[in-house]
Amino acid sequence: MTRYLARKSLLYLLTFFVAVTIDWAIPRLMPGDPIDGLISRLQADSTASQELHGYFTESFGLDQPLWRQYASFWRGLAHGDLGPSIAYVGSSVSDLIWAALPYTLALLVPAIVLSYVAGNRVGAMAARRKVLDNTVLPFAYILTATPYVWLALVLAYFLAFKWGIFPVSGAYDFSLQPAWTWEFAWSFLQHWFLPFLTLFLVSFGGWAIGMRNLIIYELESEYSNYLQALGAPSTLVRKYAYGNAVLPQMSGLALALGAVVGGALVTEIVFGYPGIGTLIITALQNRDYFLLQGLFLLIIIGVLVANFVVDILYVVVDPRTRTGIQGS
Amino acid sequence: MESRADLVATPEIALTGEGAALEDAYPEPPVRRFEALHFAARNAKLVVGLTVVLAFLVAAIAGPWLTDATPFEFGYPLGEPPSSAHWLGTTSPGQDVYSQFVYGLRSSFIVGALAAAVAGLLGMAIGFLGGYLGGVIDEILSMVTNIVLVIPTLAVLIIVSAYLSVGSLWSEALLIGLTSWPWAARAIRAQTFSLASRDFVSLARLSGQGTIKVIVKEIAPNMSSYLFLTFILLFGGAVLIAATLDFLGLGPSQVMSLGLMLNNAVSNAALQLGMWWWFIPPGVGITAIVGGLYIMNVGLDEVFNPKLRRT
Amino acid sequence: MSLVVDNLRVYYRTLRGDVRALDGATFTVADGEIMGVAGESGCGKTTLGKSLIRLDGRMRVAEGSVTLDGVELPIADDRAMDAYRFRSVSIVPQYAMSALNPIRRIGRMISELLSSRGVSYEETLPELRRRLALVGLSDDVLERYPIELSGGMKQRVVMVLSTLMNPSLLVADELTSALDVSTQKAVAEMLVEFRDRGFVKSTIVITHDLSILYQVADTILVMYAGKLVEKGSAAEITEDPRHPYTKLLIASLPEVGVRFEERRLTGIAGRPPSLLRPPTGCRFRARCPLATEECAVEPPFVELAAGRHAACWKVAA
Repeated sequence: MTRYLARKSLLYLLTFFVAVTIDWAIPRLMPGDPIDGLISRLQADSTASQELHGYFTESFGLDQPLWRQYASFWRGLAHGDLGPSIAYVGSSVSDLIWAALPYTLALLVPAIVLSYVAGNRVGAMAARRKVLDNTVLPFAYILTATPYVWLALVLAYFLAFKWGIFPVSGAYDFSLQPAWTWEFAWSFLQHWFLPFLTLFLVSFGGWAIGMRNLIIYELESEYSNYLQALGAPSTLVRKYAYGNAVLPQMSGLALALGAVVGGALVTEIVFGYPGIGTLIITALQNRDYFLLQGLFLLIIIGVLVANFVVDILYVVVDPRTRTGIQGS
Repeated sequence: MESRADLVATPEIALTGEGAALEDAYPEPPVRRFEALHFAARNAKLVVGLTVVLAFLVAAIAGPWLTDATPFEFGYPLGEPPSSAHWLGTTSPGQDVYSQFVYGLRSSFIVGALAAAVAGLLGMAIGFLGGYLGGVIDEILSMVTNIVLVIPTLAVLIIVSAYLSVGSLWSEALLIGLTSWPWAARAIRAQTFSLASRDFVSLARLSGQGTIKVIVKEIAPNMSSYLFLTFILLFGGAVLIAATLDFLGLGPSQVMSLGLMLNNAVSNAALQLGMWWWFIPPGVGITAIVGGLYIMNVGLDEVFNPKLRRT
Repeated sequence: MSLVVDNLRVYYRTLRGDVRALDGATFTVADGEIMGVAGESGCGKTTLGKSLIRLDGRMRVAEGSVTLDGVELPIADDRAMDAYRFRSVSIVPQYAMSALNPIRRIGRMISELLSSRGVSYEETLPELRRRLALVGLSDDVLERYPIELSGGMKQRVVMVLSTLMNPSLLVADELTSALDVSTQKAVAEMLVEFRDRGFVKSTIVITHDLSILYQVADTILVMYAGKLVEKGSAAEITEDPRHPYTKLLIASLPEVGVRFEERRLTGIAGRPPSLLRPPTGCRFRARCPLATEECAVEPPFVELAAGRHAACWKVAA
């Protein structure tokens, strides 16, 4: 088990290192000077712009040799300092991220967990009953083929715009301020529901299909055949099949995280939901490199952490990893 | 591509067991060759999926011939619902939605095919080499694959596209291909492993054939159906990723795409204005094409692997 | 009579029609008898074995009956057969290596299986332990996961488990095909020992390996292209085969002590016929060196002497 976890940790550390380096390197490899962009936004006149340029370049540390910049980047990282934002002048990147993160997590975590659980159950049921299989499965395929963006728009159009059941945008009513009150909580839930539903439905489709295929595969495995030859009731056979099918599904969970995160981002944009997604689009539109860097870093760390959590769960679920012999 | 593709891909079940033994012990060559086509024609999923995809392909190719309007052309009535003059209505600034839609379909197919080709070739190269050669090379390649696999594709694409403005469908496809290959590489590697231990490969190796030759002549042809299925899944995934990128404004801005339509629709508050004809069709297009590809994939898998046929 | 099989015909449904994999099997296996079934791939022996315990999805019983201990087995009815499986009829599969659920400890799997069949695990445990010891496995096997055991150990666990309820009939399908020679010997001896100790009443050993049968079986049944071809005691079949096919089969086996220069191994030329549209008459006709006009009519499986049967016109009655 320790060998398995050690291997995974090494992988994640390496990935982290590579990702952070990419994150740091790209802006510096790109054509164009971010300071120029900043100055034009500040609309300074031409005489002062030279000095301003020098000033900003120095304060952002961009005049240092590359390796120094790289080192100080890591140092800043260790202190949680991701630099200042160009789009939201005056705010630091970390502050902005901390403000937006809870909203995104409030969407992601329930959506991932619920779609995973529900998808697995339904997929397993569809694997057993032909009737279910013929109705649920095509539906699941359509769901998983739907772009998050578009499902968000469709849900917003029908449920919010046309029938007014849910609000169209924002995370809470404009008149309210975030607070630990029932009023706020209720308003939040109303605004939260449609983005959540979007994420849930699309992911659900994928899990249902995956589980259904795995269960079919397990039901035809040799241990299943042996059990049935010994007259075991189908409840026992299904129980074993399910237990075995969950393992690859867990690995799949780690892989799918990246896709769901991407989906959450665009869903937030459609609903004007003040999470990481909206922050990204603002950063993109304003060429706020520091904010983008910080956001990318956040996403990377988040996905790696989530992967690691899933790996630990996997060890719990698959006894083969605990026996010290290389499992699947 | 840690997208939904690998959740959707059916497990590869080799043609073994008493079914194969039965059909192998008493072969009837002429009938068998057509058996695949026979099953193919009868497989509902394959037929339906293929029909849908082909229908949209035809629309993509021929659709633009049916109109004089071009996607970026202004001057039409502002924000009108579908009519006989404009089959899918017009946008707020006065463009023809139908022409945007069919040109957008073209972009989807082009990007999908190109990206799938890039990702497929890369995935094959790495998957074949790792699976066949094994040892240290495999360890290194696996590590690389896993690293790229874990990094969320969209995040990378956002970062890169933000700095490198993507000017053409080609560069967009290239970008997508360069980030989607790990999934394919892993799948191909696993298949190559099981094939590499078979006798005919050992034979080829013993007779002195070089690595590349063995892979190209012995292994790849025996995996052709699997490779084809992988390509289809990559295609579908690429269309989805491209749509998201285009929606974020990170795709080529001079080429109309379905994602770009959605982007424009949202920026122009089409939702709040109730202009359903602007944002519903592009989504329908994407969902239909990708869904058709996925379902086709399942059908094809059943045709290639008799054991999966649930009759 | 322990097992009586009467004119059993089991076909495989395919798009092109029924493949007549087992086309009229009639034989008996007595209490305490180990009968081997031999023949080349696709001769129908596996179909026979499967039909006795659990039909494949594509198989159908076209005709015939199977009677065990005086009771007719409902082999065509999957649900009804459950009552007989494990208790009366049991199987040791070819794939014993992967027959155990990989994510369950062996003891727990056995206990869950027994409970689901209405048998108390506690009460059976002492006997289970005794039998494990008998095959050379220690108690702590029950605490292990399958992945922690070697192939041979898993094979033994499966053998013990399959015979735990002292079934009247044990079907061993290609028991030794996946094993190395020394394990083959151990497993074969285990079969005999189980029979001697009364754990099983009748055993059917299905294999293409005649040499195993010679060691283990009391009687041997030779099959070809879905038909029964010859039956007799192990000694009779190996030393005095009557049917041309059996003769060629025995002759194609390598002999100990025979050197390569003196004699070459010969196989039997040709291939078995298609069972989709089987030839009329004797199915071995195309490859038989003795075939003549009369072989256009199918020879019946007749008794030549006590316990000796063959299906061939050329065999003197």
